[in-house]
Formats: sequence, C-alpha cells, structure tokens
Amino acid sequence: MAFLEVQNLKMYFETMRGWVRAVDDVSFEMEKGDALGLAGESGCGKTSAALTILGLLPWNGKVFGGSIMYKGEDLLKLDKETMRKDIRWKKISVIFQGAMNALHPNKSIGGQIAEPIMAHEGLKKEEALNRAKRLLDLVGIGASKVDRYPHELSGGMKQRTMTAMALACNPELVIADEPTTALDVIIEAQVLKVMKELQKKLDLSIILISHDLSMIAETANKVAIMYAGKVSEFGSSVDVFKDPLHPYTQKLIGAFPSILGTKKELASIHGFPPDLLAPPPGCRFHPRCAYAMDICKTKEPQMQEVAGSHHSVSCHLVGK
Amino acid sequence: MVNKNLQHTEDDDIVIVEGLKKYFPLKMGFVQTLMSKATPVVHAVEKISFTIKKDEIFGLVGESGCGKTTTGRLLLRLVEPTEGKVIFKGTDVTALDEQRMREMRRRMQIIFQDPYESLNPRLSIFDIVAEPVRIQRVAKTEQEVHERVIQVLEDLDLIPPEEYIYRFPHELSGGQRQRIAIGRAFILHPEFMVADEPLSMLDASIRSEVARLLIEMVKKFNCSFLYITHDIALARHMCDRIAVMYLGNIVERGSTETIITKPKHPYTEALIAAVPVPDPTARRTEVIIKGEVPSAVNPPSGCRFHTRCPYAWDLCKKEEPKLIQTEEDRFVACHKYK
Repeated sequence: MAFLEVQNLKMYFETMRGWVRAVDDVSFEMEKGDALGLAGESGCGKTSAALTILGLLPWNGKVFGGSIMYKGEDLLKLDKETMRKDIRWKKISVIFQGAMNALHPNKSIGGQIAEPIMAHEGLKKEEALNRAKRLLDLVGIGASKVDRYPHELSGGMKQRTMTAMALACNPELVIADEPTTALDVIIEAQVLKVMKELQKKLDLSIILISHDLSMIAETANKVAIMYAGKVSEFGSSVDVFKDPLHPYTQKLIGAFPSILGTKKELASIHGFPPDLLAPPPGCRFHPRCAYAMDICKTKEPQMQEVAGSHHSVSCHLVGK
Repeated sequence: MVNKNLQHTEDDDIVIVEGLKKYFPLKMGFVQTLMSKATPVVHAVEKISFTIKKDEIFGLVGESGCGKTTTGRLLLRLVEPTEGKVIFKGTDVTALDEQRMREMRRRMQIIFQDPYESLNPRLSIFDIVAEPVRIQRVAKTEQEVHERVIQVLEDLDLIPPEEYIYRFPHELSGGQRQRIAIGRAFILHPEFMVADEPLSMLDASIRSEVARLLIEMVKKFNCSFLYITHDIALARHMCDRIAVMYLGNIVERGSTETIITKPKHPYTEALIAAVPVPDPTARRTEVIIKGEVPSAVNPPSGCRFHTRCPYAWDLCKKEEPKLIQTEEDRFVACHKYK
C-alpha cells in the first residue's frame, strides 16, 4: 500500500463559459519519506491537484472521479468535518504560495503558530506557545522571535514561519506550493536546505509544487511533470531528468539555463499552452509537439510504464 | 550572446557610467522629522562605474534591493542621480535640459518587467506600438507609421501582424504581451536599451523563445543593451559581460563566462553556488552564506559584504575595498585580491 496514491483524479472548475478541466485524469503515488515534485507551467493544474488533496477547493471546483488514497483511506469519501478535524494540519498540512501575504499582519508569529495547535490538540495557550518556540528554533528563526510581528521579518524569515506553522501539529505530509518564489536565490537555497533537513529529521513526506524544474531537481526524489491538466511523465528524478521520454519534458528541461557545464542553446517550445475550456483532442501537447503523428491528433495516449522501472510516460512515441 | 569575438576599442564605449550615486531620502513621520537631525537616506547606488560597449549585452546581476533597477533608471534619467555622470556617445545625459533630453529618449529605450502592467489596457496593440513613433514624430505619414508597426511585429514572430494590431492587451498571453513591449521599445531603432527583468514573469517554455527574439533584435538593430536580472543562470545565457552588484556596489565585473566559471568575489561565489541546476545528479559545492542582505539605510562599514562573508578579517570591517583589475577585463572589489 502506497502512502499516498492519487488515481485518475478529475477536478473541473465551473465557469460562465463552461467547465475548465484543470485536473483531468491525474495519477501519481508516493511512499513515506518521499519528496515528490509536481512540476509544470502556470495553469497546468498543479495547484488545483494539491487543493483537491487537501479538500480546499473553491465553491466552483467539483471532483468528477478518481480517488485519493491516503494510507488506504479515500480522502474524497470523507466528509468536510472529518477532513477539517482529523486530516488537515494533523496529517496533511500546506505551505501556501506567497508566504509574504499569507501571514496575519497584526498577530505575533508565535500566536499564529500556536493557533492550530490549540484548535486541533486542545492545548492551553502557554503550552502551545512553548511548542511554537521549539518550532521556531527548528526552522532556524530562534525562539526569541516568538513575539515578533510579520512586518518585522524579512521574506526568508516569513517563509520559515510558514514552514513552522505547517509543522505545528506534527503532520506526515506537507504540501509546499511554490515555497520559494519571490525569494532571492541565496535565501531560496537557505529555505530549501532547512526543508531538506526537516524532512530527514522528522521523517516527513513532501509534495513540492513548482514551475522551477531546477529547484525540483535539487530537492525532490520523484517527479510528476504536468501539462494542461494531465501528468505527462512520472518517475524518479534521476530517470526523468537524465532520460526524459516525453517531448514536453525534454523541451522543458532544455529550456532551463544551467550555471554548470558548457553553455547550451536553450530549447523553446513554439506556441502557447492550450485553453482548458476546450483542450485539443488526442494528446494535449500535439499542437506544440515536434514529433506529432496522426494518431496524436485523435487518440489520447495513456500512461504506460517503461519496462522494468517506475518511470511512466503518456506518449504515443514511447513503446512503439 | 551577440558577438563574442569582436575586438573592442575605446571608441566602442557607447555608455560610460562614472561615479554614479543615488541616495533616496527616507520617508519619516512628522515627529520623527522633528526629532532627528539629519534625514536618513537609503544608499541605493554607491558611486559605481562601468562601460557598455557597442552591440553588447551587458548584465547587471544581483538580489533584490542591490540597486540594479535604480542603476537602470539612472542611466535613462528616469530618476535623477545624486552624483556622477552618464555619458552616452560623448554626451553627458545627466546635464541635458528637458528639450534635449526628449530628443535623447528617441535613442534610449526601456523594457519593463511585467507585461501585464506596462501596457495600457485601453489602447489597441497598434496604438501601443505606434505611440513612440507618434510622440517622437519620426514618421511623415500615417502610412509610414503603419508600415513600421507591421515590420516590428513581424520581426517578433507575431505573424500575421494584422491579426494582432486590432486586439487589446487582455486578449494576449503573457509571452505575446512581452513581445509587444519589446516591439514598442525597438520601433524607434534605439542605440541603447535597458531591460529590467524582461523574462522573469514568463513561463519557462515561453521564456526561452522570447530570450532568443531579444538577442535577435539586439543584433538586428546594433543596439547596446543593459540587461538587469536576479537570475545569474539566465544572465549567462544572455550577456557578453556582467557586473555583480551587492548593496549598491559593484563587487565583480568582467566577461560572463570567466565570472561564472571562476568567480573571484566571495559573494559571486555564493550567488552561483545557490542557483539550482536542472540535474539531480549534479555535484555542487555547498557555499550557503548565512543571514540576509543588511539594510541599505545603515550599510555595514568597510566592505559591505563583511557581515556575511566567510573569509572576512579585520581589514574588511574598516576599509572599503576598491574595484581593482586582476586580469584583462576583470575587476574585483575584495581585500583578498591585492
């Protein structure tokens, strides 16, 4: 039994113009202790997939099928109250995008970290604050800053506060949605280092959502590449980055400049990602794909595993 | 990269920046103003000097708050310098009056970071791109304006241009909008261009295409280009030479490849080590420096980097290192190199 197994998940948003197929038949799995990178460009459905796992969909988001098996239990079958009381923050917590704006501006950071502890575990304020201090030590801010307010902290420290908050109730899985965007590279490296250390120390599992493949390559051990609401390639980071099989993955990796090695030409993908109100038929990548064949325009490729590995890809070219 | 092998001479210096300095007065409350003797200032740019050569892409690299954007704006006189000179093809831009500055602006243009904010939502694409031509009155007839707009859109792969000119910015994607912003900047065939993080808002698959177009445009119009970015990996791809900035100072300057492969300043070293690479098996040297950039209101004494530098010694706290030449076209401001 996998730790988290998402199978054929479909989640669409209802809009005035029709259903936006944000997450369309998405499957991936992870084991305990894994750091899974969910990578893709803006609008590919990576954040929507995470929100579905957390049960935090906006009113117009509806699940149309699939399952999210968390330690053998389907999260989609749980009612809202159970999700809130027993799963969210206690088992699965989240570090939201844009930590800068996610903190309450006129509450001390200690108080904000203590809040979920009091709500979920019924601890008294003093005890909760003591744990908040320990958490602040853990993320490298220091217990002495427990009474500080967000405006007194720099971007990197706010980000660490968010991390401490996500860890408040000892969760098993942390979903980090673009945890380092808007941070400078040196601060980003510091924050990622803290996250990697915490992952080992606390035996955490992490889902890391990012558009930055370089960051995913350095942090995650498994990767799911998403394009237009679908997973196009899934496997261990080494397999996916060293031997990318999907034309989209190949191009996307090639589009990131590297600071190491010799200078290479950057790959570019012609055209733009499709409108998810009316995605193209067949393979969703075919209008931009250099290798598109006739079959790609009509038949949708299925995820298939490459023989003898956990590396799977959905492309008609593979396995031919 | 535009032209690596071209031999440059002194005459090729299109833009010469000499001792450029900018202090911004800090906004204070009424009571604070009464209490304090001197107005505190933000030391945004601290007496920097560099030159940009003909047809080259020069990069200013640094973290947020290092003064790179202010420098770009100073060069175009979008903010007035506190001290120093910007000499553009023999003319001191900082000394021009309003009338002559307006004429000068025809030859110097800027591309902004956010294509969602920099385009007027109420103007059609045609009007946005044609606006500089109309303001500067460089076209004699409306027909000529039309031709120029079509031409520049074609250069930017917005084909067929007729399909784009009647649209409005909200009908375009981020990559298309940024191309419009680039087209608007290039339509006057400027000799010098500042681009402030022109690619940072774009997705990876779109970004590399726009990067390629930018390099092509620079080549086509023989334009000198100042590329401002926080992304040193992308700067490596784009720039012939770079200057690394930290807290208002240039700490290292020289050709991009030598700086990236053999950084000399401890800050450059840390900056490069912190950049993630798209390869999970890559072996990296771990040089993660501690702490964050200090405040530019009370910058540290001596070398501004000494508070975070792993090699700092007594001298670094007392004396500010000068930017000295270590090899051909290579300058470093660090006491380690003397």
